Amino acid sequence: MKLSHAPFEKYSLVLLVGILFVVSIGGLVEIAPLFWLKSTIEKVDGVRPYSPLELKGRDVYIREGCYACHSQMIRTLKDELERYGHYSLAAESMYDHPFQWGSKRTGPDLARVGGKYSDEWHVAHMTAPRSIVPESVMPGYPFLAKRKLDYDDISERLKTLRKVGVPYTDEQIENAKLDIIAQTKPDTPEAAAVAARYPKAVVRKFDAKQGDVTELDALIAYLQMLGTLVDFAKYDASGPNLR
Amino acid sequence: MADKHEKTVDPHTGTATTGHEWDGIAELNTPLPRWWLWTFYACIIWSVGYWVAYPTWPLVSDYTKGLLGYSERMNVTESLQAVRNSQAKLNDAIVNDSFADIKANPLLLNFAMAGGKVAFGDNCAGCHGRGAQGGLGFPNLNDDSWIWGGSFEQILQTIQYGVRGDHPETRISQMPAFGVDGLLTPSQISDTAEFVLSLSNLPHDSAVAERGKAVFHGDGACASCHGEDGKGNQEVGAPNLTANIWLYGGTKEAIMNQITTGHGGVMPAWSGRLDPATLKKLAIYVHSLGGGQ
Repeated sequence: MKLSHAPFEKYSLVLLVGILFVVSIGGLVEIAPLFWLKSTIEKVDGVRPYSPLELKGRDVYIREGCYACHSQMIRTLKDELERYGHYSLAAESMYDHPFQWGSKRTGPDLARVGGKYSDEWHVAHMTAPRSIVPESVMPGYPFLAKRKLDYDDISERLKTLRKVGVPYTDEQIENAKLDIIAQTKPDTPEAAAVAARYPKAVVRKFDAKQGDVTELDALIAYLQMLGTLVDFAKYDASGPNLR
Repeated sequence: MADKHEKTVDPHTGTATTGHEWDGIAELNTPLPRWWLWTFYACIIWSVGYWVAYPTWPLVSDYTKGLLGYSERMNVTESLQAVRNSQAKLNDAIVNDSFADIKANPLLLNFAMAGGKVAFGDNCAGCHGRGAQGGLGFPNLNDDSWIWGGSFEQILQTIQYGVRGDHPETRISQMPAFGVDGLLTPSQISDTAEFVLSLSNLPHDSAVAERGKAVFHGDGACASCHGEDGKGNQEVGAPNLTANIWLYGGTKEAIMNQITTGHGGVMPAWSGRLDPATLKKLAIYVHSLGGGQ
């Protein structure tokens, strides 16, 4: 049979199907396998779903567009490893929907900012960035400290995330609302329960103010856990299923 | 469109036509240049070599690794290790030698200062400022007033374990919240603040300060940590109040606020986050900044 391009030129539907076929080859070869290859997401200990407070903080992070200036992706480049620490693993954002890798750094990468600064620093920095870092061009977010965190729908949020593959347990969903308050009340049995449900969760009143849980509390709770879950002393990059 | 499929040669250019003709205009069928075509074929053959040499094809549970075993992650790990190895001798010396020995060795000292400066910019400048000038709530590291001590060992300890942090070895002390917890009345706090102003020779009302002096030296009050003379106590991180250097501000209002709340800042522990050689370089750098004792 002689191949001819005449049908593609004569019938637009044939052309459309032809285009879809050719374009999908790229996707089938480069994207689809990532969903079944075991090496896509490394097997590491420690990565867990976000605690409800961290999750709400992450929502604030997305709402305020932090990703427009901050990436959360330490690339496999020597200078980035020297400055920010171990390169990011896919496993570290496996429960991110959507991920916050980002593609632009006006500010520094935040993939491992957890524990790097004190809560007090974050409060002052969010309120007036240049009071702490004079050369900063970050806008201030003083209103976060005044806004009460709205978390009525938190159980539903957890359920939704479970539908897309985040392994929240029934217990976590049931206690989500209480866990938000408990994560800001150190030295209580409820706080111990949060730490048990979400290992390594930091329990503090992050904005150091008595009273309601604020959006600032949630955001700082999120920032203080970024990059802290995986114990890299135990991570072996050459192990099975690890790239 | 006249759909004639007779291929003819265009008389003007001598090139064959595709046989398509619109209103007397024929489409030339100019062949691709040979050099282009051969380059194209060569690229295809080259890509086959790539498939063999580099990670390429997805399989059922894994992918073809390629004969070269190339991995971006291993590359960066190895190149970082190469840097570490090339500095290993110096870094080992930094870790093992005493502060006095390092200071006596210009090569080591230069290496430590350069490394310390870079690590300071990456890790410390966020709070203490790029010039270590500090700010409200974050101590200035250039002056002679040290809260937890300005000797090399004391600075190193502070960097390693932090202050009021999560590390089990962290430096810890808590000033009582004299106002919030009702240990002092507002007027006593006002009097005490006036006395604290007088300690640094700032403008003050002597009569009021005299009343504050009594409170200052009262049972379980200021003097038990800040000392009878107000010069502080680095054992418990009680700042010197006589140097006119203020962590939370030197106005009467700021001092009253501090007595009321007993505020204490947090410094994270850096051991674990930074390696021992870097910690020591930082301590050497910070010690050199001005007030090292």
